[in-house]
Amino acid sequence: MADDRQIEDEELKPAPVIAPGYTFGTVTDQIASVVLTRRTPVFWIACFAGGFALLLLFLWSLVLLLAKGVGIWGIKIPVGWGFAITNFVWWIGIGHAGTLISAILLLLNQSWRNSINRFAEAMTLFAVACAGMFPLLHMGRPWLFYWMFPYPNSMGVQPQFRSPLVWDVFAVSTYATVSLLFWFVGLLPDLATLRDRSENRMARGIYGILAMGWRGSARHWSNHDVASLLLAGLATPLVLSVHTVVSFDFTVAIVPGWHSTFFPPYFVAGAIYSGFAMVLVLAIPLRHVYGLQGLITDKHLENSAKVMLATGLIVGYAYILETFTAWYSGNVYESAALWHRMTGPYAFAYWILITCNIVAPQALWFKRMRSTPALLFVASLVVLVGMWLERFVIIVSSLAQDYLISSWRVFTPTRWDWATYVGTIGLFTFLFFLFIRLLPMISIFEVRTLLPQAKVEEETEG
Amino acid sequence: MKPPIYGVMAEFNNPTSLVNAAREARARGYRKLDAYSPFPIEELTEVLHLPKSKLPLIVLIGGILGGLTGYLMQYYVTVIYFPINVAGRPLHSWPMYIVITFELTILFAAISAVFGLLALCGLPMPYHPVFNVERFALASRSRFFLCIEARDPLFDRKATEEFLDSLDARRVTEVAH
Repeated sequence: MADDRQIEDEELKPAPVIAPGYTFGTVTDQIASVVLTRRTPVFWIACFAGGFALLLLFLWSLVLLLAKGVGIWGIKIPVGWGFAITNFVWWIGIGHAGTLISAILLLLNQSWRNSINRFAEAMTLFAVACAGMFPLLHMGRPWLFYWMFPYPNSMGVQPQFRSPLVWDVFAVSTYATVSLLFWFVGLLPDLATLRDRSENRMARGIYGILAMGWRGSARHWSNHDVASLLLAGLATPLVLSVHTVVSFDFTVAIVPGWHSTFFPPYFVAGAIYSGFAMVLVLAIPLRHVYGLQGLITDKHLENSAKVMLATGLIVGYAYILETFTAWYSGNVYESAALWHRMTGPYAFAYWILITCNIVAPQALWFKRMRSTPALLFVASLVVLVGMWLERFVIIVSSLAQDYLISSWRVFTPTRWDWATYVGTIGLFTFLFFLFIRLLPMISIFEVRTLLPQAKVEEETEG
Repeated sequence: MKPPIYGVMAEFNNPTSLVNAAREARARGYRKLDAYSPFPIEELTEVLHLPKSKLPLIVLIGGILGGLTGYLMQYYVTVIYFPINVAGRPLHSWPMYIVITFELTILFAAISAVFGLLALCGLPMPYHPVFNVERFALASRSRFFLCIEARDPLFDRKATEEFLDSLDARRVTEVAH
């Protein structure tokens, strides 16, 4: 009788998220060893070098931009936004998956997230840093960025608080700050681990200062738990609001192809879509190179692929709705805008994006696809390309052909447009690989809680 | 009148022994004790009778202050300091204030959550006696520690050590100041 019950219990238990056989010690050592070693894998050196080379390209185009002005880009009226804003929206969207994983999945008690949240949050931070570059550089005189904030000044002017562009300043800077704080709170116990494990005096000093004297006391943990939950609760509406506000930059304008009410949910879904693609692009090679398959398991990849599929379907629905609205509205400008997208100068971009974002991801319905990391990696790259093209098409094709035919003008990117864009990919890679080398890429203390031995057994009164 | 040592510390192999030991110590009447573990253990909060965290209140106050700051800043700028008359539209256009009010609410609340956490944990703390125990470095890896502090009225160097020894401890050490 007792045996029967036990068997049933085991069947009811959910499958373990991480591979069996780990102990508190081995989990700690495996994750910390990536940081606390003198040996650096060739993969790391190659990626870091590649990122650094592209970062130099970014700095080069930056210097040229500051010397000559935004004219080195292909932006000409009516397409004043061009690549800069496309890249801004793309990058900030990528960041959203990190916050989704760290905040929303925490609130939903999805403990599988524990082994991917740390690097996903790092991805968020660096993606937001790359995103932030573009509006700043696009201003032309980036050193005057503080004019966007309200402060008493001798010019006697103030920002226009009724403009979505000013909302963006607040939304993005809040997002960057909150992401950083959330990340740091999660890192605190792991920094203490590195402090205690590191044998190098200097490393111990630096990690010690960053860990601030964390000692894992029950009082610390109880406050830490509350803080994580509260920050997750704050970050959840925040992340949804950020891309909503970004979409306001478009919907509040009256440009045909922009002015529609479904943009906010459509942008948020697209953001999470591209963000999970980036998570997979980063996780698949990393877990292979560092032998972390036991911690970032196939289940993680599969779950991420499922989120990608779901958000991809929402994005697909949005495209259909966009087309339907253009036709059903009976508005000639609206339907012309869509017609231009499909057949005009940017038709190639539109059809590639439809293929990348709607057609290709349908392969994720198959379990074989979701459980083959190499295929998943390719699918994620396809989605990243598709989402970039989506931002490009929305921004550029709508601006290039609006109401007055006399003002139409096709935008063509210059080599400096490409250099700046590819340069930020370099910046991202550079920062991300620095992070991999210097901080634990998987949250050690949260993975410890996933181990079966972390459960306190029923009191055995002696 | 400072006690000669900070306290006595016992090391455990697993969370269950730690929780049981903490429960025993409470039952014995010890009150000034703390448990150290490499990950959060919910049961400890209950066993050690830790007070409810004050953090939610701090965050609430921070959020309210942030919201007020956001709204009043925009009101002041758009209505009083720098009014722009656009075809006679009302200056106090509150629906347009919502986004920034919301963002500043979140920002202030998050900042107060982090600083509140640090304040409630007493961090940054450059020195703490528990680190004098050499094996305490394992508290952030795989071991669990219970420390009964010398300022506990029931504390007696010998008796407390013996008591901790009688629990399921791997070893018991004195913690120097």
